Amino acid sequence: MFVQLLFYTFSLVLLATAAGVILLRNPVHSALCLVLTFFTSAAIWLLIEAEFLAIVLVLVYVGAVMVLFLFVVMMLDIDIEELRAGFTRYAWIGGITALVLVLEIVGVVATRGLSPTIELKAGIPPSDPTLSNTAELGAVLYTKYVYPFELAAMLLLVAIIAAIVLTMRHRQGLKVQDVAKQVATRREDRVRVLKVEAERRE
Amino acid sequence: MSAITGWWAALPDLVRSIVVSTSIIVVVTVVVILSVAYLTLWERKLIGWMQYRKGPNRVRIFGFLPGMGQPFADVIKLLIKEVVIPSRSNKVLFRIAPAIALIPAFATWAVMPIAPGFAIADVDAGLLYILSLTSVGVYGVILAGWASNSKYAFLGAMRSAAQMVAYEIAMGFALVGVLMASGSLNLGTIVERQAGSVLTWNLLWLFPLFVVYFISGVAETNRAPFDVAEGESEIVAGFHVEYSGIAFALFFLAEYANMILIAALTAVFFLGGWLSPFQGIPVIGDTFLGQPHTLWLVIKTFLFLCMVLWLRATFPRYRYDQIMRLGWKILIPVTIVWIVVEGLMVYYKIGPWSA
Repeated sequence: MFVQLLFYTFSLVLLATAAGVILLRNPVHSALCLVLTFFTSAAIWLLIEAEFLAIVLVLVYVGAVMVLFLFVVMMLDIDIEELRAGFTRYAWIGGITALVLVLEIVGVVATRGLSPTIELKAGIPPSDPTLSNTAELGAVLYTKYVYPFELAAMLLLVAIIAAIVLTMRHRQGLKVQDVAKQVATRREDRVRVLKVEAERRE
Repeated sequence: MSAITGWWAALPDLVRSIVVSTSIIVVVTVVVILSVAYLTLWERKLIGWMQYRKGPNRVRIFGFLPGMGQPFADVIKLLIKEVVIPSRSNKVLFRIAPAIALIPAFATWAVMPIAPGFAIADVDAGLLYILSLTSVGVYGVILAGWASNSKYAFLGAMRSAAQMVAYEIAMGFALVGVLMASGSLNLGTIVERQAGSVLTWNLLWLFPLFVVYFISGVAETNRAPFDVAEGESEIVAGFHVEYSGIAFALFFLAEYANMILIAALTAVFFLGGWLSPFQGIPVIGDTFLGQPHTLWLVIKTFLFLCMVLWLRATFPRYRYDQIMRLGWKILIPVTIVWIVVEGLMVYYKIGPWSA
């Protein structure tokens, strides 16, 4: 009962904020709605005892990705009128995309079926009830799926390096601090002690 | 007495558990808030002594202990000041930003192993929970900066966002080392795995990670020398320049609550939390001094807090690009190298992993 109440509350918030993401005028408000959407979906995942996924969703998307997103959105001075200018021109593309999406969802629901009463199933029952969801995931990820996992990590690494290579430019004539050089500096490089003979009184 | 116990037993289980956990939460929260109040006083006193001053010494409680009434005087002053909301600011976000900064700082205490075998919520993914909640705290700063509709506040928020993202990675990597050492995400288990003596604490075997964690912790809480988000010499007071009265006090509360949290977490992850430093030493280790107790956690937390204050009294503020360099080019490589070293130690069964 209590869990169902939580589920419906979170679902309502989730739907409302997801609608807010696309409906709100102010892009910062949209981004904040997206943050709340991630948060509530994490809460719903917690209800089906997928605590690892839920916490990682908050950690990665709310804690890092959305911070950078907000960073960019806040810096941009977005003119709403300019964005709305091509609305009628592109409306039909959006319409077709939406239609295809709806058809796909209907297709999935029609073949799989949707039970009339929503039951909260506790996911796949753990093979060892003493282990938590996190430990189970880790055990599978590092044994059975270790190659796909490593491959995904390599792909991400390549993407990071590619992004850095594409954006890094060494501008000429830029005065940059070279910390290693500063630390390596010795006293002799900077200070020269001169012994000046005092003039004798005539 | 029996009437009360009978009445208590008659209540439904749900109500009883709600009453019990709520009262525990209230007790912990009140203790944290009081600690924050006296931490502000201790900070001013300690830095005062370091600089040959006396620090606050006027407001007394009941006519004695000079300075002990200072935190309450400050709170009352802030409470009765007017909260000015800037025109053309985003009113709603401006009001909820302090709350967003404050909530994660307190919510993280839920998984803190306060006493042997006790935490408000003894969850298995406690370490992940802490990582994710500390990363949410930055929203308070960013929203405050943006909603204020002020250039200085906005600059502070931008600086804070970049800094948080950079240091969170170093922090996460340092905690990966802790996780490898203890084989558990549960904070209570992490403490228990360090039992034995001072030599089996994570401090010795994960020393580079300990240093990285502490530095990134100071950076995450926006404390000097990493307080560019406030930077009063360049951008007035950074993200909270437009906040006055109790709204400002909430940011203050969040910052100090975060400081206590980071100090306590460093003690838990690297100094064996509530374990006694005398454990495993002959003679003295067998007396009451060798027993695990909450007081050990309090003492270790206090030591780290003093260190944070000492840092503030000692170092000048980092320049923004130097902060980024330290985070990305020094701390993160150090953690990665030490994780590899630790992996080799675990594999070849060196040190505490020999058993």
